[in-house]
Amino acid sequence: MKHVIMATAAACALAWASQAAAADYTIMAPAAPGGGWDQTARSMQEVLLAEGIAEDVQVVNVPGAGGTIGLAQFVNEAAGDPSRLIVGGYVMVGAILTNASPVTLDDVTPIARLTGEYEVIVVPAESELQTLADLVAALQADPGAVSWAGGSAGGTDHITAGLFAKAAGVDPTLVNYIAYSGGGEALAAILGGQVTVGISGYGEFQSQVEAGQLRVLGVSSDERLEIVDAPTFREGGVDVVVQNWRMVAAAPDLSAEQVAAITADIEAMAQSESWQQVLANKGWQDTYLAGDAFAEQLRVEIEATEAILRDVGLVE
Amino acid sequence: METFALLAQGLLVALEPVNLLYALVGVTLGTAVGVLPGIGPALTVALLLPVTYKLDPGGSLIMFAGIYYGGMYGGSTTSILLNTPGESASIITAVEGNKMARAGRGGPALATAAIGSFVAGLLATLALALVAPWVVRFALSLGPADYFALMVLAFTTVSAAFGSSTLRGLTSLAIGLALGLVGIDLQTGQARLSFGVPWLLDGIEVTTLAVALFAVGETLTVASRQSRLPDRVEAVKGSVAMTREDWRRSWKPWLRGTAIGFPIGAMPAGGADVASFLSYSTEKLLAKRPEEFGHGAIEGVAGPEAANNASAAGTLVPLLTLGLPTTATAAIMLAGFQQYGLRPGPLLFASNPELVWGLIASLLVANLMLLVLNLPLIGLWVKLLTIPRPWLYAGILLFATLGTIGANPSVFELGLLLAFGLLGYGLRRFDYPIAPVVVGLILGPLAEQELRRALGIAQGDPTILVSSPAAIVLLALAAIALVVPPLLRLRGRGRLLTRLATHED
Repeated sequence: MKHVIMATAAACALAWASQAAAADYTIMAPAAPGGGWDQTARSMQEVLLAEGIAEDVQVVNVPGAGGTIGLAQFVNEAAGDPSRLIVGGYVMVGAILTNASPVTLDDVTPIARLTGEYEVIVVPAESELQTLADLVAALQADPGAVSWAGGSAGGTDHITAGLFAKAAGVDPTLVNYIAYSGGGEALAAILGGQVTVGISGYGEFQSQVEAGQLRVLGVSSDERLEIVDAPTFREGGVDVVVQNWRMVAAAPDLSAEQVAAITADIEAMAQSESWQQVLANKGWQDTYLAGDAFAEQLRVEIEATEAILRDVGLVE
Repeated sequence: METFALLAQGLLVALEPVNLLYALVGVTLGTAVGVLPGIGPALTVALLLPVTYKLDPGGSLIMFAGIYYGGMYGGSTTSILLNTPGESASIITAVEGNKMARAGRGGPALATAAIGSFVAGLLATLALALVAPWVVRFALSLGPADYFALMVLAFTTVSAAFGSSTLRGLTSLAIGLALGLVGIDLQTGQARLSFGVPWLLDGIEVTTLAVALFAVGETLTVASRQSRLPDRVEAVKGSVAMTREDWRRSWKPWLRGTAIGFPIGAMPAGGADVASFLSYSTEKLLAKRPEEFGHGAIEGVAGPEAANNASAAGTLVPLLTLGLPTTATAAIMLAGFQQYGLRPGPLLFASNPELVWGLIASLLVANLMLLVLNLPLIGLWVKLLTIPRPWLYAGILLFATLGTIGANPSVFELGLLLAFGLLGYGLRRFDYPIAPVVVGLILGPLAEQELRRALGIAQGDPTILVSSPAAIVLLALAAIALVVPPLLRLRGRGRLLTRLATHED
């Protein structure tokens, strides 16, 4: 019966975790355990505790629909509560639009952008495409003949492919985008030569690039990155910059003092040694941006994303 | 034979007393959480990953391996005894295993699952050490068209293997396929059949449906027939251990299950559930007494259980050799590697051999430990069945609910559990088979996505579906599976086939 007892205990622990008791901070990861948002939330928990910024930090997972289910629940439950935080990111911007979510990022109080990752376009080592110019030429010749493998439709990878085609003077609705549920599955199709190019965050491809199995044609940053030996899209004549960022936001309806206090805590966390260590271990880029600069950035990106999702026909 | 030297060195590390303790803690935790329906190995590993943060890399990886194999194994116990599959890969185990348990043969069913898992885990882990580079090259050569052909094969064999009539089997399958359409379509990002309900956007959770149809549906059925049933099930009839006959009937399915599970697990779009379905239909096809299928055939437990464990090891092939996480569990294991700054990939075998071999060795140790832990407990487990029926089914409902809440804490999910439970009752009441519903939900979306990817890449040219050798072979096998049964029936073996098609719930 030992197993039954343990299993029951574990289940109770899980059930309790979902309605965490009063804490200095309760961070919602609007995704299942193990993914990027969950790892961000748990890393924040670790650092906030280790640095003594907070004494009790809980993480709650509410998975589903690109984070929009968690976001809706967060807005309903947490309004006016300064102890509640939610992790989110660029993927949410697209998901809110494609799912016609009733709750948007306007309904929360964005605190800071924490980390980010740039998109890269890769081809198998034996591919004929050598440069971004080759890819642009192939796209202009016959857009349908270039198949792109990446994450789910309407996600960051798909949006970047659409922006790329548009900037290269190709109708984005003609992009032959093949969606895969995860980086691993897409990677297998790219390595096996099933598709023409792959597009996703650099982390998804890093070890294959280092082993010489994949070649990076270009990266979506505004300047060249130290970790990737490849030109930016802009250098290749395609004016597109995309960063797949992750952020933390607080509840709606907070006073200015409450927002300032939370921002101070998050800033202390982001500047700590242990946070830098976490970033290094996970291979995340530090793209910390807070306050009005972040709010402005968010507004610009939401507009651009909405435009491209309309262009590729995912949002009406 | 450098491989063996490295493996031996890994084993020496894994066998140190403190590491054995970590392995013990790992398999115990893994099994305990894996037993809960709705919480599969992926969630188990994800939830317990933080536990391993504080350990050194060696000890942590060993605990990790224990959690992984323990989680894979845990599902079979509840499937067999309570007809409540813990995860999608043990759905098939519930079909025959629970019939055996109700006939008082729960002991041998649990034993053949445990030993089969051990044998498959052992062979597949060795295969991982020895042939990984070749297997992965083959797996990468497969494209969407080949996977579509594999799904067609799985559909034809599985639907032929279930149900008292073809029409009823197909009806159940159609329900599953329709449920599989619910949610955001991966290729277009558009919501289908979600009726504006945000909780439906991610589709129907396989474990919720399986637990509802099997466990809740069964509970309702039992409750509705309470007065007409004997008061309790005889927990043990004959021996708790496997008899000579059981061994004779089990060893071949173990080996065949391993042979099916390992390569399918290694395929980027394979998976333990597909492997277990194919193993089940293979065993039914090859069985000397196919009429026993649906009434507790030990082959139907031995094969799929071996297949799902072999598939778990197969998943590690692309993970360790290419850094490809092909399942949710593998993706989470990748996160586990990354916490030590390790990046599984083409270079891992060369840059960190002691770590890779340490992991493989600890998988072997964890596998052995599971067997040692679980075999003596079987006597205890089967006593669960002697619990008076009202208590037992109340317990099953509690487990089903806790598991569902644990995996997805939402009221809507509980509502789905109840609604599908009623569906399960209705299907039983009118004699429709249950398993094809779940099979449809799992395979339908896979087949659809692969078909659309293949056609997308070929820009709509349907000949791509038959343009690779693997696809042609798989489709030919599927055609044989469709054509041979009617031919056999024509040759006067119809009676056998009617008996072959039996109730499976």
